[in-house]
Amino acid sequence: MAEESAARKDDDIRILAFLCNWCSYAGADLAGVSRLQYPAKVLDVRVMCTGTISPYFVIKAFQEGMDGVLIAGCHIGDCHYLKGNYMTAKRFQVLRETLKFLGLEEGRLRLEWVSAAEGEKYAEVIRSFTEEIEKLGPSPLRKKKAEVGA
Amino acid sequence: MTEGKEIKGINDNDKGKKRGARKKSSGEVGTAAAGKGGAPGVGLSGPEEKAGSGAMNEAAKAARGKTPKTAQADKGNQRGPVSGKKKNEAGKKPLKGPSSSGRPDRGAPVGAVMVVGGGVGGIQASLELANLGYKVYLIDSSPSIGGVMGMLDKTFPTNECSMCILSPKMVEVASNINIEVITLADVLSVEGEPGDMRVRLRIRPRYVDTDKCTGCGDCTAKCPVRIPDPYNAGLNVTKCIRVPFPQAVPGAAVIEGEVCRWLTKGKCGNCVKVCQAGAVDFEQKEREETYRVGMVIAAPGYKPFDASRKTEYGYGVYDNVVTSLEFERILGANGPTQGHVVRPSDGREVRKLAFVQCVGSRDVTVGNGYCSSVCCMYATKQALIAKEHLPALEPTVFFIDMRAYGKDFEKYYVNAEKKSGVRYVRGLISGIRERQRSKNLLLRYADEAGCMREEEFDLVVLSIGLEAPCGLKEGFGLEVNEHGFAAADSFLPVLSSRPGVLVCGAAQEPKDIPDTVTQATAAAGMASQTLHEARGSLLTRREHPPERDVSGEEPRVGAIICRCGSNIGGFVDVPAVVEYVRGLPGVVFAEERLYACSQDAQEWIRQVVDEHNLNRLVVASCTPRTHQPLFRETLQSAGINKYLFEMANIREHCSWVHMQEPDNATRKAQYLVKMAVEKARRLEPLAEGESEVIPRGLVIGGGVAGMSAALNLARSGFQVYLVEKEGELGGLARNIRFNRDGKDVQEYLRGLIEAVEREELISVFKGCRVVDVGGFVGQFKTLIRDGEGRETLLEHGAVIVATGGGQYHPTEYLYGRDARVLTQWELEERIAERDESLKRVGRVVMIQCVGSREEERPYCSKVCCTEAVKNALALKELSPRTEVFVLYRDIRTYGFREDLYRQAREAGVVFTRFDDEVRPEVREAGGALQVRVPDANLGGETVVINADLVALSVGITANPDNAELAPMLKVPRNAEGFFLEAHMKLRPVDFATDGVFVCGLAHAPKSIEESVAQAAAAAARAESVLSKDKIVTEGVVAVVDAERCSGCRICVELCPFEAVTYDEVRKVATVNTSLCKGCGTCTAACTAGASRLQGFRSDQIFEQIEAAASAWWD
Repeated sequence: MAEESAARKDDDIRILAFLCNWCSYAGADLAGVSRLQYPAKVLDVRVMCTGTISPYFVIKAFQEGMDGVLIAGCHIGDCHYLKGNYMTAKRFQVLRETLKFLGLEEGRLRLEWVSAAEGEKYAEVIRSFTEEIEKLGPSPLRKKKAEVGA
Repeated sequence: MTEGKEIKGINDNDKGKKRGARKKSSGEVGTAAAGKGGAPGVGLSGPEEKAGSGAMNEAAKAARGKTPKTAQADKGNQRGPVSGKKKNEAGKKPLKGPSSSGRPDRGAPVGAVMVVGGGVGGIQASLELANLGYKVYLIDSSPSIGGVMGMLDKTFPTNECSMCILSPKMVEVASNINIEVITLADVLSVEGEPGDMRVRLRIRPRYVDTDKCTGCGDCTAKCPVRIPDPYNAGLNVTKCIRVPFPQAVPGAAVIEGEVCRWLTKGKCGNCVKVCQAGAVDFEQKEREETYRVGMVIAAPGYKPFDASRKTEYGYGVYDNVVTSLEFERILGANGPTQGHVVRPSDGREVRKLAFVQCVGSRDVTVGNGYCSSVCCMYATKQALIAKEHLPALEPTVFFIDMRAYGKDFEKYYVNAEKKSGVRYVRGLISGIRERQRSKNLLLRYADEAGCMREEEFDLVVLSIGLEAPCGLKEGFGLEVNEHGFAAADSFLPVLSSRPGVLVCGAAQEPKDIPDTVTQATAAAGMASQTLHEARGSLLTRREHPPERDVSGEEPRVGAIICRCGSNIGGFVDVPAVVEYVRGLPGVVFAEERLYACSQDAQEWIRQVVDEHNLNRLVVASCTPRTHQPLFRETLQSAGINKYLFEMANIREHCSWVHMQEPDNATRKAQYLVKMAVEKARRLEPLAEGESEVIPRGLVIGGGVAGMSAALNLARSGFQVYLVEKEGELGGLARNIRFNRDGKDVQEYLRGLIEAVEREELISVFKGCRVVDVGGFVGQFKTLIRDGEGRETLLEHGAVIVATGGGQYHPTEYLYGRDARVLTQWELEERIAERDESLKRVGRVVMIQCVGSREEERPYCSKVCCTEAVKNALALKELSPRTEVFVLYRDIRTYGFREDLYRQAREAGVVFTRFDDEVRPEVREAGGALQVRVPDANLGGETVVINADLVALSVGITANPDNAELAPMLKVPRNAEGFFLEAHMKLRPVDFATDGVFVCGLAHAPKSIEESVAQAAAAAARAESVLSKDKIVTEGVVAVVDAERCSGCRICVELCPFEAVTYDEVRKVATVNTSLCKGCGTCTAACTAGASRLQGFRSDQIFEQIEAAASAWWD
C-alpha cells in the first residue's frame, strides 16, 4: 500500500488553480453543468478577483510542492472590479521571471482568461495545462521538499 | 435639464415624495390589518363548511364518528387567519373589527397578495412580492409547492439539475416569514376590486399538523396502504401517509384520505401510534376560508395532456410507451429507477429510444390547435441526458418542425444532432404496435418523401403537450381564449381580463421556465403598482437569534457532505469522503445528506450546530455561487455568524467533470473538503455594513422595453431617468405596423411615448449616450453626454439595460439591387398602408432565416416565422388571389402563433421546406425575378418559382453599442453580442452585478409582448432595490491594519473604486467599507501585509494551498 502511494507520488502531477469568483469560477461551474470531462489533477482556490492573488500565493504553492499553478480570471475589459485583471497581467510577467530564479520552468505557471460562458474553454485549459505539466514532470521543488521533509 | 443643479433639485423633491408616501402607508397599518397577528384575512369557516362535498367530507364524517375527540371537531378550523364562529354569526359581512370600516379612501390598498399556484412561477412571484414589501399567501392545490419543475430531472439548455436550482427557492419560501404557504387549497371565488380583493378558498384536510410533523418518516414505514406515488408520476408505489418528496415544502407528511384505512374503515391508526411528535390529526376536515388581499396572481400552471386520448399510440395499453413526464422521473436520480434508463416492462436497459413529438399539440383532432412551445426542447434534453446515462443508447426524435426558438436553444439542438448523436427524423407517427413477446414497439410513420416506414424501438416517449389548467373561469372568474387558457392583454400578457387578477406562466400560454419566471416577476411588479402605497404595512421583520460570541473558542468544524441524489453520490464515494473528513483536525462532526439543500436538512443543520456546539460549518456540495446564501442563512438562524461558513464544490468542479474516474473524483473531493476545512478553521466572524439607496432608476434605451420599464418604475412611485441615444423615443418597434392579433403597434407606441412624456416622475434624455458608469448598487453615478458634448451626471440606485437590438442588413438574394426584393418590415409597411400595387402582385415568395441560424449568427431570431405568417395572411386578406410561398427550414410559430400558421395554410399559403445545408437562390432572368429552391419534401429537387415580390425574413442582431456599455456596467455578453443574464432559468432579467437588470432585445430576440413582460420584470427587480431604505453591504471587504501600514499609499493608487484613502493625521491608509467591493487588489500589492481582504485573508489562502499540497502526500 505504501509502495503504491509512493509510486503515485512520483509520477502524479498536481496543479493548483486560482479562479476568480465572477468569471473563471463560474466558467468552471459551467464546465461541470455541461459535464465536460477533464483530468482530476487540479484543485481550485476561489478568490474574489485575480487581482487579489499575491505573488506570495503562487510562490507558496510551488514551495509546497505543486507542479503547476494556473491563474484564471475575467477577460481583459470584463473584470468585475474594473481592472483587477490588468494588475494580474502585469504581476504575471514579474512572476514568470521569478520562477526562473527558483529554478522552475516558465511553463509551470499559466495565466488564462476564462469567462462565465466559457465552460468549454475552461475544460480545454485544464486538459492542455495538465498535459504540459505532465510533460515537464514533477516540480524539482517537490523533490526538495520531500528530502527536507524526510 | 443638463445642469447638475437641476437634477439635484428633482432628486430632493422626489425624496420628499417617497418618504411622504411611506409615512402614509405606515399610518394605515391598523386599517389594513385585521385579526390575529395582523393577518388580513377573515375566516368564514363554519356554516359553509357543511357545503363541503365529496369523499373527503364523508371521510371526515366517518372519522368523526370513530374518534373520541368529536367534541373538538372544529379544532381544525382554528388555524385560519381569523377563525371562530362568532365572526360568522355576526352575519355574512366578511369584515369585522378594525377592518370593518373598509378602505377609508382609494389610497389605502391591502398590502398583501395571494399567489395561487406553487410552481416555479408562483414561487418566484411570492419571493419577489415579499421582497417588495408585501405579505404573501401562496396557495397550492397539492400537498407541497414545487409544481412540475420539482419533478423535472434537468432543465434545458444548460442541463442543470432542476431540483438543485429550485430547492433553494423553495427553502427561501419556507423560511420567509412573510410568505404563508397554504397547501391542498383551491380557489372557489374571487371578489372585489384592485387593492381590495377577497378570495374564498376550500382547504382540504392534510390529517397531519405541519407545525408538529418533523418529516421523520416513521409513519410511512408503518403504514400498510400502498398507493402509486404521485411525485414519481405513478411509476412506483409509496404509502398512504408520506412526505410528498424529500425537498417538499412544507416538509410534512400528508395522508390520502380516500384510501386511509382509519378514515375509510376506522381500522389501523398505525401512524398515530408511531408518531412521536403527535402530528397525525384525523380531526382535520375540509373547510372554507376567505382571505382579504390587495391583488391576486394566478399561476396555476398547466394540465399535462392525457396521452391515452391518442389511442393510436397505445399509451396505457403498452407497457413501454411512457409520457415525457414519466420519462423525466425515470431519468431523475431521485426517481423510481434512480436514474437508470430502463423499460417499465422488464427493467432492461434501453437501447433504441423514440420520442414522438406533438402528442396533444398542434392537433385539432384533440382540440389543441396550438403548439405547446416546450416539447421540442425537453425531448432534446431528455435524449441528451438519457444518452449521458447510457452512452450506447440510440435516441430518435420524430418531429414536424424543430422549435428551438429561445435563447441558446438552436445551439443546443445543433449540438445534440451534430455532436451528441441524437437522431432527428421529420415525420409524424401514425401508429404504434407492440411486439407480443419482446414488448418492443413498432412505430409506423411517413417519411418526408411520403413513404410509409416502420421501425422498432425498446421504449417510446410521448412528448405530451400542455393544456389549460382547471378553474380559471370558475374560480378566478377570468375570461379564457378559444384554447381555454387565460385571455390576456395583447401587449402585456400578465394583465388578465379581470382587474385585480394578474396571470403568469403556462396558464396564460404554454411556456418554459425562464418565460414563466419573467412573467411571474412582471406580475409581482404589476401588483406592486397597485399596492405600493401599502408597501411594508403588513410585513413582519425577521429576527435572527443573537449571534453567539465564538471568539476565543477553539474551532469546532462541522462538515456536511451532500450526495445531491446521484449527482455527487453516483461518482464520488461519499462515505469515504465523510470518513476522511472525520479525521481532519478541528472537525468534530461529519455526516452525509442526500440533499443538503432541502428544507428538512436546514432544520437538521441547525440542530447539529446546536448539539455539537459547532462554531464553523463546511458544506461540500455544489457551487457556492448559488447555494452559499442558503447555508449562510441557516447558520445565521442557528445563532452563528454567517461568515463562519465555507463550501467545497464537489459537484461542478468534481463529480460532474470526472465522471469516468470515480477513484480520482473521490480523492479530489477529499482534498477539496480538506481545503475548505482548513480555511474554515481560520475564519472569523465578520460584520456587514449598510449603505444608503438613492430611490431613482436609470433606464438605458427608449424603445418599447425601455419605456415600459420606465413607466412601470414610475407607476410604483420611483423617479426614473430614461436615456435614449436617438432624437426620438420608440426604437425598433417603429418599424412594426401591426402585431399578430392585428392590433396597431404604432398606436400602442404612440400611447406609450405619450405616457412616458406625460409622466412627471420620468425625465427623458433624448440624443444622449452613456459615457461612464460609476458606483454600485444603491448609489450609481452615470455620466451621459448629448450630441453637443454637454454632460450630465445622474445619480440613481439601479440600472435597467434596454438597449434593444438591430435588424440584419441582407446582402444576399439581390436585396438592395432589385427593388422587388424587400424585407418583411418593408412589406408590412406597404400592407399597412394598403398599397394598391400589392393587389396587382400575382406571387410573393418569402424566404426565412435570412441572417439567422447561420454560421455567423448561429441563433434563431424567434420572431421571423410569426412575422412571415402574419404578413402572408395579411396579403391574402388584401388580395386573396395573390399566391404566397414561404420557403422555410422549420416553422417556429410557438404557442398560439400556431393558429396563424394553420390559418395561413388554410388560406392557401404554400410552405416549402429547404434543408439546413442548402439555401434558395434569387436571380433575375429577363426582367423577371426567379426563386429557385431545393424542395426538401421532393428529395431536394429544385423548384423554380417566378416571383413578383420577394420578402426576406431578416433576423434580429445585437446592438453594437452593447460592447461599449458592458464594461462600464461590468456585465457580460454572449458570443453573439447579447447581454448574458445571471442565470438562464431562474434569473432571466438579472445580472451577476447587483442593481443592474436587462430586458428586451438587449437580452435576446423576442416579440413585443415578450419585451414588455420582461421590461415589467426588470422594473420589478429594480424596484426591489429602490424600495429598500438601506442596502446591507457584504462583510467581504478590505481592512487595513494600522499597526503594520507604512503609509506607502500604493493601495490608494490601485483601488478601482476609490475606497482607500490616506489618513494624513494617522499617516495610514483607511478603507471606506461601503465603497469597497472586496476585490482585494490592494491586499496583493501591500508589501507590509497590512491590507487584508476579510474572508480571503492571506493566511487563510495559505492554509488552503498547504492543504491542497499536503493532501497528495497523505
